[in-house]
Amino acid sequence: MNRIEKVFQNLKQNNEKAFVPYIMAGDGGLDTLAEKITFLEKSGATAIEIGIPFSDPVADGPVIQQAGIRALQAGTTLRGVMAKIAEIRPIVHIPIVFMTYMNPIMAYGIGNFIADASKAGVDGLILPDLPAEEEEIIAPIAERSGIEIIRLVTLTSPIERIQEIAARGKGFLYAVTVNGITGARKGFNEELGKHLEMVKEVSPIPVLAGFGISEPSHVEEMNRHCDGVIVGSKIVDLFESGDLDGIEALIAASKAEKIKL
Amino acid sequence: MTVTYTLPDERGHFGEYGGRYVPETLMQAILELEEEYKKARADKSFQAELQALLKDYVGRETPLYYADNLTKYAGGAKIYLKREDLNHTGAHKINNSLGQALLAARMGKRKIVAETGAGQHGVATATACALLNLECIIFMGEEDIRRQQLNVFRMELLGAKVVGVKSGSATLKDAVNEALRYWVTNVEDTHYILGSVMGPHPFPMIVRDFQSVIGNETKQQYLEKEGKLPDAVVACIGGGSNSMGMFYPFIKDKSVRMVGVEAAGLGTDTEKHAASLTKGSPGVLHGALMYLLQDEHGQIQEAHSISAGLDYPGVGPEHSYLKDSGRAQYESITDEEAMEALKLLCKLEGIIPALESSHAVAYTLKLAPQMKKDEGLVICLSGRGDKDVETVRARLGGEGK
Ligand SMILES: Cc1ncc(COP(=O)(O)O)c(C=O)c1O
Repeated sequence: MNRIEKVFQNLKQNNEKAFVPYIMAGDGGLDTLAEKITFLEKSGATAIEIGIPFSDPVADGPVIQQAGIRALQAGTTLRGVMAKIAEIRPIVHIPIVFMTYMNPIMAYGIGNFIADASKAGVDGLILPDLPAEEEEIIAPIAERSGIEIIRLVTLTSPIERIQEIAARGKGFLYAVTVNGITGARKGFNEELGKHLEMVKEVSPIPVLAGFGISEPSHVEEMNRHCDGVIVGSKIVDLFESGDLDGIEALIAASKAEKIKL
Repeated sequence: MTVTYTLPDERGHFGEYGGRYVPETLMQAILELEEEYKKARADKSFQAELQALLKDYVGRETPLYYADNLTKYAGGAKIYLKREDLNHTGAHKINNSLGQALLAARMGKRKIVAETGAGQHGVATATACALLNLECIIFMGEEDIRRQQLNVFRMELLGAKVVGVKSGSATLKDAVNEALRYWVTNVEDTHYILGSVMGPHPFPMIVRDFQSVIGNETKQQYLEKEGKLPDAVVACIGGGSNSMGMFYPFIKDKSVRMVGVEAAGLGTDTEKHAASLTKGSPGVLHGALMYLLQDEHGQIQEAHSISAGLDYPGVGPEHSYLKDSGRAQYESITDEEAMEALKLLCKLEGIIPALESSHAVAYTLKLAPQMKKDEGLVICLSGRGDKDVETVRARLGGEGK
């Protein structure tokens, strides 16, 4: 069983919600990666999403764009991140999920990338520019190597499509909470709760909400409707400003409420 | 021998190229656009409405002009100019903008977003939106805003909102990024009028089809004038729309050589060029798999060209396919050569071409002398040079008289 499946099984047994923080690899230098990951694991993260910088990140808002630029300026490459993950994998116990765009992977070579990622101990892949229509190019080979494709469903996806997409995966389903790009939001559409519940209903795998979640109150709110949250821009921001307490507070908010059966 | 050519396939692929590499949020809009476009294409009243506008509003058909002086100067094949510069708004871009604006209105989308490089696509889109009473927002790189100030003012005069883009190289590539981000955020009521044969399926097909009026007219006109098909067609390549519009109707006519001319900037042996087909490699950008300028790690490199409209580090998927298949040939022309060709066309023919189109003229000066005198070729003169007069003046610095 893939590490991702295992952690969600444990969460379910303990009636707990997932919290998956995102960090941009190489932001602040690749040497800070181990430190950030171990801090997040110690603070209670369920899994870690590691962003690989790309020059043209169309799904990302200003915070992650800037983090990507800083990472690229620091000389970060997919190869470098891969080597670093392989090196630190023994001290990290939670799942590691890469989030990047197709082009860096294609430049690496899809076959080589999957082989190396598998060896390095990467458990999943989130590719925001790879909809179901194109996933054949990488999903079969990834899944054969035990790497889960974490698929996204959005507010514009019709329910039949959500059902079909959810049925393809074994890890978790990424429910995008806004029409738009990554980045903090003050609030969410009133219908979001209903949408998430609908997604949960048709999904055989856990549903995590992400995009725009930036306050402990958002975490609590989302967790009433799904299995956990993914927090990106806000975590990047808090690391950038050195506010580790802020990160702990967000993660703590996900522990506040256990599933009320 | 009958040759069939039916690309793209159902999934929007041209061989391995093309596809729909977009965020899931856009998939619904893209599928809907594909459906609606299929209906519109088969709908006689839609086609009639577009035809009427192309005729009475845009001023089509555009002339196919035999450039006698240029022919004599080059000393070889007869050179014809397909005068897309005479279109309303001064370039071929209006063919596509108008078609897509009609499509948007048909889909009930009253808001339009677009990117622009040289500003020609922005001006054309702002124009179509004014005509059809659609709201219009245009993203444009700050560097291009600096190079094309008059076009920015034109767009504003036409009622569009122009938003400057500072990220990356602050040129066309970054304007596309920002337009895509805007579209993801406003997809429910907004249509994205992409300006070239790039982006996710069905855009490369739609833009090609709307631009095919160029090649279709050319074929007809050339037959009337010469009683045969041209031996070659030559067009400049930014994203690839004027060239694709010229090439597409000739794809099955194997005797017609198709030549796409990229921008070599300061030279293809330097880092400052925009020759994606000549020097790039396949990858995914802006929703499609296509040739790109990228480093070994898959980071997109900045393109460079004196002409803002060619300053893009990729070339649409169908060209990528035509290159690999060998059906079309791709060459490149430097800033310097394009500038010389621009001056030459002014002096010999009294036509000020756009800097983009000047690349096609410059390559023709190399090609025509290698061809026989009884052969003929057509240059797609994609736009007029009014927008470039400032750039040219700054470059020539008072010389050039
Ligand atoms: C006059 C003119 N020609 C050519 C181009 C290049 O675009 P494409 O390759 O899509 O025809 C532009 C783009 O702005 C243009 O304005």
